[in-house]
Amino acid sequence: MSENLTPETDLTKPVIPAAARQGKTSSRAIVHFVAPLEETPLAAIDNVDESEAPLSLWADAWRNLRRQPLFIISAILIVLVLVVAFLPQLFANVDPTSCTLNDSSAGPRGGHPMGFTLQGCDVYSRMIYGTRASLMVGVFTTLGVLVFGGIMGALAGYYGGWVDAILARLGDVFFALPLILGAIVMMQLPAFRDNRSVWTVVLTLVIFGWPQIARITRGAVIENRNADFVTAAKALGLSRFNALVRHVLPNSLAPIIVVASISLGTFIVAEATLSFLGIGLPDTVMSWGNDIAAAQPQVRNNPGVLLWPAAALSVTVLSFIMLGDALRDALDPKARKR
Amino acid sequence: MSNHATGQGARALRSSDQPLLDIQDLAITFETSNGPVEAVRNAHLTIMPGETVAIVGESGSGKSTTALAAIGLLPSNGRVSGGKIIFDGEDITNVSSKRIVELRGNSIGMVPQDPMSNLNPVWKIGFQVKETLRANGLDGANSKERVAEVLSEAGLPDAAARAKQYPHEFSGGMRQRALIAIGLACRPRLLIADEPTSALDVTVQRQILDHLDKMTTELGTAVLLITHDLGLAAERAEKLVVMYKGQVVESGPALEILRNPQHPYTQRLVNSAPSLASRRLQSQKAKDALAAAVADLDTPVDGEHPAPVAPRTVPAAAKPVSADGRQHAQAGDTILEIKNLTKVFKLRGALGKSTDFKAVDDVSFSVPRGTTMAIVGESGSGKSTVAQMALSLLAPTEGSILFDGVEVNTLKGRALFDFRRRVQPIFQDPYGSLDPMFNIYRTIEEPLKIHKIGDSKSREKKVRELLDQVSMPASTMHRYPNELSGGQRQRIAIARALALNPDVIICDEAVSALDVLVQAQVLNLLNELQEDLGLTYLFITHDLAVVRQIADHVTVMQKGRVVEASSTDEVFSNPKQVYTQELLNAIPGATLLV
Repeated sequence: MSENLTPETDLTKPVIPAAARQGKTSSRAIVHFVAPLEETPLAAIDNVDESEAPLSLWADAWRNLRRQPLFIISAILIVLVLVVAFLPQLFANVDPTSCTLNDSSAGPRGGHPMGFTLQGCDVYSRMIYGTRASLMVGVFTTLGVLVFGGIMGALAGYYGGWVDAILARLGDVFFALPLILGAIVMMQLPAFRDNRSVWTVVLTLVIFGWPQIARITRGAVIENRNADFVTAAKALGLSRFNALVRHVLPNSLAPIIVVASISLGTFIVAEATLSFLGIGLPDTVMSWGNDIAAAQPQVRNNPGVLLWPAAALSVTVLSFIMLGDALRDALDPKARKR
Repeated sequence: MSNHATGQGARALRSSDQPLLDIQDLAITFETSNGPVEAVRNAHLTIMPGETVAIVGESGSGKSTTALAAIGLLPSNGRVSGGKIIFDGEDITNVSSKRIVELRGNSIGMVPQDPMSNLNPVWKIGFQVKETLRANGLDGANSKERVAEVLSEAGLPDAAARAKQYPHEFSGGMRQRALIAIGLACRPRLLIADEPTSALDVTVQRQILDHLDKMTTELGTAVLLITHDLGLAAERAEKLVVMYKGQVVESGPALEILRNPQHPYTQRLVNSAPSLASRRLQSQKAKDALAAAVADLDTPVDGEHPAPVAPRTVPAAAKPVSADGRQHAQAGDTILEIKNLTKVFKLRGALGKSTDFKAVDDVSFSVPRGTTMAIVGESGSGKSTVAQMALSLLAPTEGSILFDGVEVNTLKGRALFDFRRRVQPIFQDPYGSLDPMFNIYRTIEEPLKIHKIGDSKSREKKVRELLDQVSMPASTMHRYPNELSGGQRQRIAIARALALNPDVIICDEAVSALDVLVQAQVLNLLNELQEDLGLTYLFITHDLAVVRQIADHVTVMQKGRVVEASSTDEVFSNPKQVYTQELLNAIPGATLLV
């Protein structure tokens, strides 16, 4: 751009002598107005406003969040889902595994508000007890993705250069593989097929899910790595790696948390999809996906059996996605007061 | 074009007794999440046809809001909650948006502040000018010629070719010229210029304002100039309106306000405007000593401007006293010596080819202990690169940096760690230099923790002391940076830099982003600290006016090279290079008080 600078910095132009600029005077009479001092009191220059309580970013976000209906609704739902997952016996007193064929496909009746499956199991009870497996997959996959994807993304973004080139391309390779397709192939491998459990599903989803978090982390870290406060910390003698851990990462957390909470919902869906396809959780584990799969042949004559677990799945996923949206608004750095 | 001008002139003559813009008791309210906030109260100003009126005020004073209300461009959460805006006899306070759109462009033009973001990067300059003409039905048959004409009027050479370029191919000054061209393209009767040159280098600023002056005088356009710089306002406008906290505190003839300010706020502004200052700041101690020696020299606090008669020479008495005052200063002791420093950046070209770009070219200077060395230059002069290298954050291509006689480049491990303790930076952007996740206590404690100084109790004591040193209340330490203003953050950054008792502080444009009064406060603080702690400053700035207030020696840089280096007084009273003279001449308002 330097070649374009010439018109302004042309030294051959005559310098207008300073004396030529003596200000303008008007031929019109201009009234000299001075506001009365009592109406425009003078404050001390740049004093600290001590009236308000100090607020960290998190406290500020919390204050913002607790007034948002979107957050309140999603938080109540998520708390409910968590309680159900930990203590299902509080909500259902019928054993979901004690099924009698006498009740096969029976309609709702007292104590069994949602009727029975083809095998004669209580639909309500199975829906309640299925929460735990679905939620576990969602939570542990998200944690795994956060740790692995976060580390990869942070290193790639912070160090740049060849580290970035290798890690980012590696992520792209996994990103290019569709999650479901990759998981189908993975779960067919003997090691996985023979040991099917919540953990194999989590591992599979982490392997194909980390690039998304890695990308978000990388972007957030790149945004922060050249901030003045990072340079200042380096000038104070902080090592490069410690600057990443202490300054860059904490400031990159907000977008990562938002994406993580949204993807928690999508991982629950992925688990249900895999279970539906018969390659997710084993039949011995009660989960919404398995129940939906089992109910599928009967969808025309007894749709309730399929709809109830599907509804539970939808509400759970929706509440995590809504939480993510609410967090996005609350953690938006641009919206923070300056 | 001449037709236009005479037409405008005739109209202006006809209605010369009637104000073009008359704002009466204007109140503007913003709806925020914390309830309504009244940003402007009782604002009033009149602009006569062809007149230039400047609104002066610090950020948040409501100056831009007032002007935006006149063109109906308030943000969606703001509304005029009282008073009247009368344009050319027509009440436009709550007029329909259709009428406002009609007025915009051909009756009221606008030049926005930031030339970097106010041109759409995906359209050619010519298209953006044509857009304005077309919106006002003025593009006519040969719009291309008209566009070129408009651009060349705004001072763009080779306008027809330039119209085919994109904004990124323009420098900041040229973009601002293009924006002025757009603002004046439809020959408005009033031009609102919102800080039109604040983002530009001083010499560019002067040229652009000169040109704007010439154009609006020829066209008979009235100008509402919004600026934070009192010197600039007084130099360019017939009439000044001083705003403070949403209210007009003083208005009247520009030169009269400058020379005889009545309201205490205006007096403060006049006293601390760096462009009007005429000598180096004195610390309180030195000031007292000086006052005893030369009774009539000290700054009167009652509002009269300090020593306007003899600005160019610091009285003989001043030097020895201030030197004595710095008890840490040792004669002839050089703490920082930079020799033949060169930095070459490789600019990536096509297909692995790279071109060399010499950002710093053979720069040498030395800084005596306990004094301030200012490096002055416009953007791209390489001054910040020098600062980075002096901080050992960037390796020089050639040359050496001697700190207290030790070569900095080769320092490693423990030695480098100890060097960091003795040289500390303060950066320009007060919003970027503090970690928003750390509260003030952790921010100031961090250097002590990194260098493992003291236990948590003694560190807390030290933090309290440091906050006291930068005149911040101790209760601040539980707050977070986002709760503080720019000036307060900058004081926290100073406290952090001081935590390790450094010898040298490198201030990279440390006060450039601050309002005038806050800037004066921070400069005074830096000066007092230098006195008390015997600090040495390397002060990087683009603002010669600030240099005059803080520096003992000046190095002027241009395009990576040193063009002039001397003592501050010498540079100001007897600049040797044309470039330095230009820089000095470009300080707005510098000659108004003489």
